[in-house]
Amino acid sequence: MAEQTQNLPARTRFRLKYRRFFKFEFLLGALLTGVLGTLVILSTWIFPEGGRSVDLLARLTPPFLSWEHPLGTDPLGRDILERVILGGRISFAVGLLSAAGAVLLGTVIGLLAGYYRGIWDTLIMRFADIQLALPFILLAITVIAIVGPGIDRIIVLMIVSQWVQYARLVRSSVLSLREREFVQAARSYGLRDRKIIFGHILPNALGPLIILLTLNVANNILLESSLTFLGLGADPQTPTWGGMLSEGRNYIQTAWWVTVFPGVTIMLTVLGLNLMGDWLRDELDPLGRTSR
Amino acid sequence: MPVIRFIFVRFLQAILVTMAVTLFVAFAIRLTGDPVVMMVSEASNVTEEDLARIRESLGLNQPFLMQYFEFVKNLARGDLGDSFFRGPVWDLISVALPATLLLAATSMFVSILVSIPLGIYSAVHKGGLADQMIRVLSLVGLSFPNFWLGIMLVLVFSITFPFFPASGFDGLASLVLPSVTIGIILTATNVRLVRTTMLEILGAQYVMVARAKGLSERKVIYKHALRNGAIALVTFMGLQFGNLIGGLVVVELVFNWPGMGTLSVEAIAQRDYPLLQATVSILAIMIVGVNLAVDLIYGLIDPRIRVS
Repeated sequence: MAEQTQNLPARTRFRLKYRRFFKFEFLLGALLTGVLGTLVILSTWIFPEGGRSVDLLARLTPPFLSWEHPLGTDPLGRDILERVILGGRISFAVGLLSAAGAVLLGTVIGLLAGYYRGIWDTLIMRFADIQLALPFILLAITVIAIVGPGIDRIIVLMIVSQWVQYARLVRSSVLSLREREFVQAARSYGLRDRKIIFGHILPNALGPLIILLTLNVANNILLESSLTFLGLGADPQTPTWGGMLSEGRNYIQTAWWVTVFPGVTIMLTVLGLNLMGDWLRDELDPLGRTSR
Repeated sequence: MPVIRFIFVRFLQAILVTMAVTLFVAFAIRLTGDPVVMMVSEASNVTEEDLARIRESLGLNQPFLMQYFEFVKNLARGDLGDSFFRGPVWDLISVALPATLLLAATSMFVSILVSIPLGIYSAVHKGGLADQMIRVLSLVGLSFPNFWLGIMLVLVFSITFPFFPASGFDGLASLVLPSVTIGIILTATNVRLVRTTMLEILGAQYVMVARAKGLSERKVIYKHALRNGAIALVTFMGLQFGNLIGGLVVVELVFNWPGMGTLSVEAIAQRDYPLLQATVSILAIMIVGVNLAVDLIYGLIDPRIRVS
């Protein structure tokens, strides 16, 4: 390969080398996620008032009329663009933290179950059964009714109920990998179990894990907005996408912009992640082990 | 007899899961502290004796496990006890459950009606423009919250163009928007299921044989491929029942649909724990039941499944 491409111009060589990244799907997904992610990260400094500055004289200003409020204002006169961007902080935090927690817990238990079987296997199977019987929204409704609303509780609940998907995925990868020659060879060297699991098995099981992680972040952003919409998430003062939708719903007759813009933002964010997840699946998991 | 063993094992698993879920819900709800104090928080001059009397009348002076067994025993008899504020729970459920099931059935219907033709077309014309469009659209369909889609449909079809009522439960017209909302969300997943299933089958050897026999492409697809794929599709869609219920809970609220979701959210708002325990338990039992039925049917039709 290297010899064949040597004579080509540098730009073409670059394109050939990274051609998988030039697929439209990936570019669009990365662009959406990148732009929104950067805005959200910077939002704390761009909008120091935190989207809480009330201006009752300017309440329910329609969008596209002035530079001051490009996307209009909500029933309390707060700027919608500002609140939409700030609202991303909660969504991204919930999506990333919950997926990170679930992937850590699930990977460790999945590795143990795949390698040692026994009680770990049983644990995963029973948990998966229960998870299938109790949809996340119902679980959240029950638990939040008791512990009270809050973002931290939602993150913990997501980790508790979602680690099992990762555990099952990792377990099935390990089951097929542990019989492969390179693992047998590592064992015959006398390597410790821990070294075999983390040094030889885990790196080869990463592909499907990354795909699931991307889609999980996307899904949890949707779940968080549902829960906040139901009043189970962050307090109404904090700008959140679900919270904005639930407020705007009462003004849908007269002020469509209050509900349209937060919804579109959710869609663009989640679509960006889904596009990247889909592309990753084509690249890393052609056999479709992670398909939904 | 492996078949009987298979059925027995699955039944046992389903019962265990049901017990685990109801036990969890009951336990979680008991953690809240004393519901009686919550009940009388509005009233003044309540004495300690009054509290004790109410507790005894509700059976709350019994140990937790006794209360749980009491709940299960009554549940089996169809007696769900009394809500704190709204009379017998059964009366509320008997109105809400049919409403939810109706909505679930119509949404499923909408979704099957759309996803099967689109999925087949997409698989048969794999890589074509229509396939790409369908894939992108289904990805978009997976990317917004279901309740937001509901609000947008209300905005367009009952405010801008007043075709359908925006909320409530009043005749067939009020069924349209909620069913379409959940139907579209389900379709996004189902189209992909139909597409992958059909692609898998169209690559199978018996399809090649059918083609080699010189059958028309139409016959190959509808007679050989789709019929064999139908079992797998029904199973996958059945296993989505849990997702369907989860989605219903939120969408019902948007449309003020008097179903189990609205009832659950009302129960939370009023801290009506007997009602909440009943709604969550019944929904979970329904999901376990549907999953069990799907499992059994699939296992009986296709013996390969039983092994795992």
